[in-house]
Amino acid sequence: MKNKFGIVLNGLITENPTFVLMLGMCPTLATTTSALNGMGMGLATSFVLICSNLVISLLKNIIPDNVRIPSFIVVIASFVTLLEMIMKAYVPDLYESLGLFIPLIVVNCIVLGRAEAFASKNNPFDSLLDGLGIGLGFTFALTLLGMVREFLGAGTFFGLQVFPEQYGALVFILAPGAFITLAYLLAIMNKIRKVS
Amino acid sequence: MKKLESSLTNMMLVLGGIAIVASALLAWVNVLTAEPVRQAEIAKQEKAIKDVTPAFDNSPVADRYEVTTPAGEVLACYPARKGGELQGIAVESYSEKGFSGHISVMVGFTPDGSIYNYSVLKQGETPGLGAKMGTWFKTEKNRQDIRGKNPASDNMTVSKDGGEVDAITAATISSRAFLDAVGRAYEGFAVSQGVNALPNDSADAVSGATAIVEPSNPSSNEE
Repeated sequence: MKNKFGIVLNGLITENPTFVLMLGMCPTLATTTSALNGMGMGLATSFVLICSNLVISLLKNIIPDNVRIPSFIVVIASFVTLLEMIMKAYVPDLYESLGLFIPLIVVNCIVLGRAEAFASKNNPFDSLLDGLGIGLGFTFALTLLGMVREFLGAGTFFGLQVFPEQYGALVFILAPGAFITLAYLLAIMNKIRKVS
Repeated sequence: MKKLESSLTNMMLVLGGIAIVASALLAWVNVLTAEPVRQAEIAKQEKAIKDVTPAFDNSPVADRYEVTTPAGEVLACYPARKGGELQGIAVESYSEKGFSGHISVMVGFTPDGSIYNYSVLKQGETPGLGAKMGTWFKTEKNRQDIRGKNPASDNMTVSKDGGEVDAITAATISSRAFLDAVGRAYEGFAVSQGVNALPNDSADAVSGATAIVEPSNPSSNEE
């Protein structure tokens, strides 16, 4: 059981996709203008990751090696399209704000990376846990990044005004702020990992 | 179970099989979500209309009609009526002059042609700058507020262009685009009121050209 827990923890901390593996930087930098957007994107990616990991692990033996990548992409793309339709129907506001980045989950290298590196080599249950761990790690990173950017840029915390907006440094909402915030968070994370 | 060999038949069967199963699943979910998606779109439109017009008891979406402005643009109008009497018209308008392209707005007019309220339906402007248009032009501060103004008598351009509206700080292009969309909406409104074919509207058919001058906005007394 401890081993299973280790798989989840591995994705969350030791191999955190954003802070350690540095994968999927495009949605990370682009969608984290607010904590809620970051969290939405993280959860959407997690859903795809968990489903695709599970299905690919189940199919791993019937997929011939030479058509492995196209098969994985078809599976991943199907789940993304599924998610897109469901979000459009039930959470249209979040769908609007994430916009183009939902279909782009298909080409997120974290999803294909985990399919190739983990799900195609391990049993379905472990793959599911790996998807969960990596997904949570990605969600955690994106929410944290969004939280810092939103707080410094607009003076809000999950939409709650903490200090007047005009004192916020607008640059944090814009693209350069994403890079700056990410760099500082990476530095802090590395420090913490070194100490522990 | 041993891994399947990469022979041509195997590859074709497996990839084809996966694709068929995936598309069947997607088709099924598509049918399943079609109705909620439509509902969500109507709800969003209705909410936007509700935000920009005085209280009504008809269904503006059902009464939707289209007008063609003198420049040849087709705009959708949603009349809001209460007890059969016209309370206002929501005009769906747009501008292509945004900093990041297309902007779509819903502007509500009272029958005399003054702006009741507006709602931004779609925009891709810079967050923190142009994206503030959703609230900026209804904030009672300096000369930001466009509510209550009448495009027929008020100069609806940014102060930099000699107009009466304060642009969003550091986002003059977005502000110009927004006002362009509002101006287009007003043209649509003028056409719909001038040549209105709907019978029960004739009583309130005040053409935009003869609109009464509105009392100036309370917040426009600075500078």
